[in-house]
Amino acid sequence: MATQSTRHIISLLMENESGALSRVAGLFSARGYNIESLTVAATEDTTLSRMTIVTSGSEAVIEQIIKQLNKLVDVVKVLDLNDGKFIERELMLVKVKATSAFREEMKRMCDIFRGRIIDVADGSFTIELTGSGNKLDAFIDSLDKAAILETVRTGASGIGRGDRILKV
Amino acid sequence: MEKSSKKISGAEILIRCLHEENVEFVFGYPGGAVLHIYDAIFHQDKFKHILVRHEQAALHAADAYSRSTGKVGVALVTSGPGATNAITGIATAYMDSIPMVIISGQVPTYAIGEDAFQECDTVGITRPCVKHNFLVKDVKDIAATLKKAFYVASSGRPGPVLVDIPKDITADLHSFDYPETVHLRSYNPVTKGHLGQIKKALKLLTEAKRPMVYSGGGVVLGDASAHLIKLIQALGLPITSTLMGLGGFPASDKKFLGMLGMHGTYEANMAMQECDVLLAVGARFDDRVIGNTAHFLSNPRTIIHIDIDPSSISKRVKIDVPIVGDVKSVLADMNELIATEKPQQNTAALNAWFKQIDTWRDKKCLNFAQSDEFIKPQYVIQKLHEVTKGEAFVTSDVGQHQMWAAQYYKFNEPRRWINSGGLGTMGVGLPYAMGVQFAHPNAQVACVTGEGSIQMNIQELSTCAQYHLPIKVIMLNNRYLGMVRQWQEFFYENRYSESYMDSLPNFVKLAEAYGHVGMQITQPGDVEAALKEAFAMKSRFVFMDFITDQKENVFPMIQNGKGLSEMILAEDL
Ligand SMILES: Cc1ncc(C[n+]2csc(CCOP(=O)(O)OP(=O)(O)O)c2C)c(N)n1
Ligand SMILES: [Mg+2]
Repeated sequence: MATQSTRHIISLLMENESGALSRVAGLFSARGYNIESLTVAATEDTTLSRMTIVTSGSEAVIEQIIKQLNKLVDVVKVLDLNDGKFIERELMLVKVKATSAFREEMKRMCDIFRGRIIDVADGSFTIELTGSGNKLDAFIDSLDKAAILETVRTGASGIGRGDRILKV
Repeated sequence: MEKSSKKISGAEILIRCLHEENVEFVFGYPGGAVLHIYDAIFHQDKFKHILVRHEQAALHAADAYSRSTGKVGVALVTSGPGATNAITGIATAYMDSIPMVIISGQVPTYAIGEDAFQECDTVGITRPCVKHNFLVKDVKDIAATLKKAFYVASSGRPGPVLVDIPKDITADLHSFDYPETVHLRSYNPVTKGHLGQIKKALKLLTEAKRPMVYSGGGVVLGDASAHLIKLIQALGLPITSTLMGLGGFPASDKKFLGMLGMHGTYEANMAMQECDVLLAVGARFDDRVIGNTAHFLSNPRTIIHIDIDPSSISKRVKIDVPIVGDVKSVLADMNELIATEKPQQNTAALNAWFKQIDTWRDKKCLNFAQSDEFIKPQYVIQKLHEVTKGEAFVTSDVGQHQMWAAQYYKFNEPRRWINSGGLGTMGVGLPYAMGVQFAHPNAQVACVTGEGSIQMNIQELSTCAQYHLPIKVIMLNNRYLGMVRQWQEFFYENRYSESYMDSLPNFVKLAEAYGHVGMQITQPGDVEAALKEAFAMKSRFVFMDFITDQKENVFPMIQNGKGLSEMILAEDL
């Protein structure tokens, strides 16, 4: 079996019931699968939750993950977004030092990455940035480490392109 | 379906649900959180409640009731320690895919999360070892939840389902309305296998030069034994079985090569390694079955795998022709194809293959050196088989005695061999025998055990006395945690770290203290007569303490990390 590890984004719909999230999280820890990020919220149909899991593993491991997720009694549908075209977005909030010398530079970096300054204080800005995980990484990398006061990321959400639709 | 607008308590609703499911036995133990339920049980006589002496035994007994009948086993325990005591039993059933419904009491809804007396997060603790679980938060949900629980437990790949019910919910009032059907949009187990795949599989099997069938617990659980026999007879294929599949195909048939795996026969393991087309039926390529995976794969073969659980396929070994479906239905389809298409077989190759298998058989790997001094454990099992005419239900514990029972008691029917294969739980033997004897009151039930294992649930001697269960305990007393000692001999240069069983009780007197018959057998010449005497006592529980050869080991043996064809045989030593 192929052993090369690749990053996969898995979308799933599950019954919006208490304990549902821990069933998925428990499955990943019990079987030793990686979780890079996991996001979950109710859908427009509030009886359903939609989850996006970013994981990595060999083809065989990813196949097992999909099967094991499908096996959970509360899981309605599972889709490996990597099986086709998809869009991935993540939101990040970064609080950066914005003292007089830094202020213009920060504003400029934020513009380049198409971020928005959503809070301005005496010595700091809070920047909101959306994009793929790579883009958010690139933004962090381009900042002077000493300027970063705090970061928070939501983890990725994913959706198929065009008529690739995950629905009950 | 029962329907009435009369309001009854949640506890009574629960009891009515169990009536609707035609439950015969509930194995349980009372406590604060389930007192309303026990009061409702007092007022009914449709099912029998069996009072065990430890919740673990309630789970095992319900599990064995299920294994020996195919019906859903039911257990009832209280909150906190009742539920935690049940965990080993739940995990044991989960590993072997046994359909069970476990009802656990919980502290009242208003006290949940407050570290109330006897509170524990039962749904959280059991999550990794159940097929599914529920916390009932409203009396109006009890009936629908029970319906779902029985459905999920018994459909698809079966498994234990736990329903946690807070005490106040069992007192609240509601009308009883048991749903006739159940539908879960998130749960749709497959049944029929893909016909194209089945055709492909049949073609491979008939064209094979060295075909081999490997059947597992799924054949027993799926009641597919008759269909498997038909397939094997039609195509004349050699077949082996896992520990869990024993009895799925008759051991007395010439095509049966015995059990495979770590303590499997030479012929079964060699054929498994050397075959060119392998059909796996309801089996899961467990590490104890195929040995070292890389070594197994070093011999190229085409593998067909029939299993109801898609996640079993290509989990440990890449499968060439997967067939997801109910084993019975898939085998029926395959048999129908054979009947209509009458496929040509490679008879010359098949004959040559059986010749090869016979040379492996000639090793007579299960031969053992008899002794007039010490009772050989293998000999006890051979005699047990003779005395019971091979018709007994045999439960076992875990250890060397378990492997000898599997090797030397030749099972010809499914659901007769009851043991913990997946979790390997010491202590199951006696409660398993109880569950089987309740389900089959007139059958011969033998519990093959060791002096280590039996002491893990010895308190159940009391339950057996209360319900007059005429079980025969066949204890192979080697004064060692024998399987541990065997590994210490092979891997730790005979350093017997904590594997000697000291300070054993006088088992004869112990049995007698509970009102049972106790026998100690020390001479090889007395084995057969003692067994006959015990089984002649049809209404008595007999505890037979066989003082066996202390140093006997289980062979063949595949050491950890070794391949299927790298067995150590008794003759090698
Ligand atoms: C609950 C539990 N604890 C520990 C083990 C590990 N174990 C496997 S076999 C065995 C020895 C069993 O001894 P005994 O019941 O006397 O059987 P024997 O091997 O001597 O026939 C042990 C300790 C186990 N399987 N289950
Ligand atoms: Mg022993």
